[in-house]
Amino acid sequence: MRLRHKDLLGIETLNAEEIELFLTTAASFKEVGARTIKKVPTLRGRTIINLFYEPSTRTRVSFEIAAKRLSADAINVSVSGSSVTKGETLVDTVKNLQAMAPDVIVIRHHASGAPHIVAKEVEAAVVNAGDGMHEHPTQALLDAFTILEAKQKLSELKVVIVGDLLHSRVFRSNLQLLTKMGSHVVVSGPPTLIPPHIQELGAEVAPTLDQALVDADVVMMLRVQTERMTGAFFPSVREYFRLYALTPARLERAKPDVILMHPGPLNRGLEIDSAVADGPYSVILEQVTNGVAVRMAVLYLLAGGPGESK
Amino acid sequence: MTRLLVRRARIVDPSQELDEIGDLLLEDGIVKAIGALAVAEDVDVDVDVIDADGLVATPGFIDMHVHLREPGFEYKETIATGCRAAVAGGFTAVAAMANTDPPNDSAAVTEFILRKAAQADAARVYPIGTITKGMKGEQLSEMGEMVEAGVVAVSDDGLPVRDPNVMRRAMEYATVFDVPVIEHCETPELHPKGVMNEGYWSTALGLFGIPRASEIISVDRNVVLAELTGARFHVAHLSTSGALRRVREAKARGLAVTCEVTPHHLVLTDESLKSYNTDAKMKPPLVTEEDRNALLEGLADKTVDAIATDHAPHHADEKREDFDHAPFGIVGLETAVSLCLDRLVKRGVISLSRMVELLSSGPARVLGVAGGTLKVGSPADVTLLDLTRQVRVDPESFRSRGKNTPFAGWELEGGPVTTIVGGRVAWTLE
Repeated sequence: MRLRHKDLLGIETLNAEEIELFLTTAASFKEVGARTIKKVPTLRGRTIINLFYEPSTRTRVSFEIAAKRLSADAINVSVSGSSVTKGETLVDTVKNLQAMAPDVIVIRHHASGAPHIVAKEVEAAVVNAGDGMHEHPTQALLDAFTILEAKQKLSELKVVIVGDLLHSRVFRSNLQLLTKMGSHVVVSGPPTLIPPHIQELGAEVAPTLDQALVDADVVMMLRVQTERMTGAFFPSVREYFRLYALTPARLERAKPDVILMHPGPLNRGLEIDSAVADGPYSVILEQVTNGVAVRMAVLYLLAGGPGESK
Repeated sequence: MTRLLVRRARIVDPSQELDEIGDLLLEDGIVKAIGALAVAEDVDVDVDVIDADGLVATPGFIDMHVHLREPGFEYKETIATGCRAAVAGGFTAVAAMANTDPPNDSAAVTEFILRKAAQADAARVYPIGTITKGMKGEQLSEMGEMVEAGVVAVSDDGLPVRDPNVMRRAMEYATVFDVPVIEHCETPELHPKGVMNEGYWSTALGLFGIPRASEIISVDRNVVLAELTGARFHVAHLSTSGALRRVREAKARGLAVTCEVTPHHLVLTDESLKSYNTDAKMKPPLVTEEDRNALLEGLADKTVDAIATDHAPHHADEKREDFDHAPFGIVGLETAVSLCLDRLVKRGVISLSRMVELLSSGPARVLGVAGGTLKVGSPADVTLLDLTRQVRVDPESFRSRGKNTPFAGWELEGGPVTTIVGGRVAWTLE
C-alpha cells in the first residue's frame, strides 16, 4: 500500500488504514535505533529541511535523527520571531527553499494552518510538525505507536486526556486518531481550557478529573501552555494542581495496567506530580524513543523510498 | 440639457410601491417623468434612449458601508478604483468609511475625499466621519465642521468605541446634526486573539475564537445609550441572531435604531474557513447557520434596514499571510447584487422589491441622503438589472484593486447591466 497523500498535514485527512500503514512502517524502523550502527541507506541523497518557526527541542531533534538514520541530508532552519516582524512572508521563504529542491519540508509554525499554505506552494512533501493549536500529527502517531506497544490494540480503549485542551494541537490530533481507531476519548480540565463543541469532535467531557480517570486504560496529561495564554485561565498554579494535576492517589482510579503519557515538556508540579511522571506507569520516555521510529516512517513514506521518483 | 430615456423597463421602486413596465425620463440629473410615457413616442431627437426591454430598472443602489482606503492605503484601493468598482457592481453611491490614514476626522480630509470622488466621476461618495479624533476613542471629532463639509454619518468603523462615556457623549453630540452614529459592534476584551467565530470550526481548526457575545454585548450597550441620548444608532455589519433580536426589540420600543447586514453573512457560514481561506476572514466573522437563518428572517420582517457590503479591499500579499496574520475583510462591491439576486430573490427568501428596498431606499433613509427612489424630482440614479444574466465571479476582472473574495468561481444568476448616475451612464456591461 502507498500513501494517497503528498503531505502529512494532519490526522484529519487520514483514514484508519493509512494510520496503520504509518504504525507498521514505524515498527520496522524501531529496530534500527537499537543497533550499534543506527543507519540505513533508505533515503540516501534525499534532502529534508526542518523549518521551525517555534522553539522546539524534542521534535526538531527527533526529526533530525530520523532523517539522519535514513541517510537523508537534514538541514535545520530556525526562524525566530513572528512572520510579521521578520520581513519575509512564509510563502516567500518556502518558495526560496523549494528552489533548492528539497524532498521534504518539515514545518512547525505558530499559526494554525501554516503548513496547509506551504503545501499549496511547494512540490516537496510537507510534514506538519505542529501548527498553532491545530494539529501535531507525528505526535499523535507516536502516541498511538506507544499505546499499541503497551495495549496491543488501539480500539476499545478508554483514553483520558487532561488539562489545557484549548491550546493543544496534541489533543486535537490525538482525539481524531483515537476516535478513528475506535477508542473512547474522555477529557477533563478547567472549563476555561476546554474548547467549545469538542463533543461534536468525538470527545466526552467528564465533570471532574476523578470521574474521568475511572477505569482508564491510558491517561494523557497535556502541558499547560502559558505561552499561548492571554489573561488568566485559572486562578493559580496551586489551585490548578489541586484540581487537575495527576497525583499517585488520583491515578489509582484508573485500571491497574494504565499507562501514563505526556507529550512534554513537563511542567512538574503544575499538571503532573513528579511521583507520577517518574513512576511505574509512565511511558513518557518511550514516547520520545518511538518518536524517532514514527518520524522515520513518515519521512520514508512521503519521500517515496529508495529508487522511486515522486 | 442632457436627457436619457430608459424604455420599456420593468420599473421596481418600493418607495412608490411600483412594479410595472414603463419608461423613465431623466433630465438634467433628475427624474423628469416615470410611467407609461406618452412622451416616449415623440421625444426630442436629442434624447439618448436605452432600450431596457427585459431589464429591471430600480433606484440606484447605495452601499452604505465601503472602505475606499484613500488617503493612506492606495495600494489596497483608491477612491477612483473603488468608485469604478461600485458602478460596475450596480451601485450609484457609496458611503466611505473613515478609517483611512489619516482618518476622516476633519473637514480637510472630507473635502479631499469629495474632490477625489468628483474627479473619479463614477459613483457618488458620501463620506463618513470618525466619531473620535484619530479613531482613538478619546476625544470627539469636530462633527459640526465635517457635516458642513459633507459627512453624512459618524463611525470609528474598524474599531468599536470602547469607553461608554465617550460613546454617550458622541451620541448626544450627534443629535445636533441629526446624523446616525454607526458603530462597529465588538467587545475586543472578550477575544484578545480571536480570528474567527468561536464554535465547532474554531475548535477543529485550532484558531482563536470570537464569541458571538462580542457583538451582542456591544449592541446591547449602544441600544441602551441610544435610548438615553435619543440618538440615531446604526449597527454596522450585524451578524448574529442575538444582536438582531436586540435591534428588533429596540425598534419595537420605538428607538431610532437601525442595522445593516452584509451579503457574505447572508450567504456563508464559518464552515467556509475550513481550508484556512484567508479570503473568508473578516470582522465580524462568518457565523453559524442559525445566525444566517436569523438574518434572512430579519430581511423579510424588516428588522434589517439595509444590505451593505463592508467592501474591504486588501492587497493579495497581505491575504497570503498565515491565517492569524492575514488582515480582516473582503471585497463586496462587485459581487453583492448578483449574490442578492441569486441567493435571496431567486431562492424566494425575499421579493425583488424588498431586495431593491434594502439596497436603495433603506440605506438612503438611514443616512438621510437623497436617492433611493425614482420619484419625479429625485436624483437620476438608476440601476438596470438583468435577472437572467449568467455571472461567473472572476476576481481578476474586478475594477477594485482588491481581489480578496470568497466567491471566486461562483456561478450566479442575475446582475447589474447598466448604472446611471445623475442621468448619465456611468457603467454598462460590455
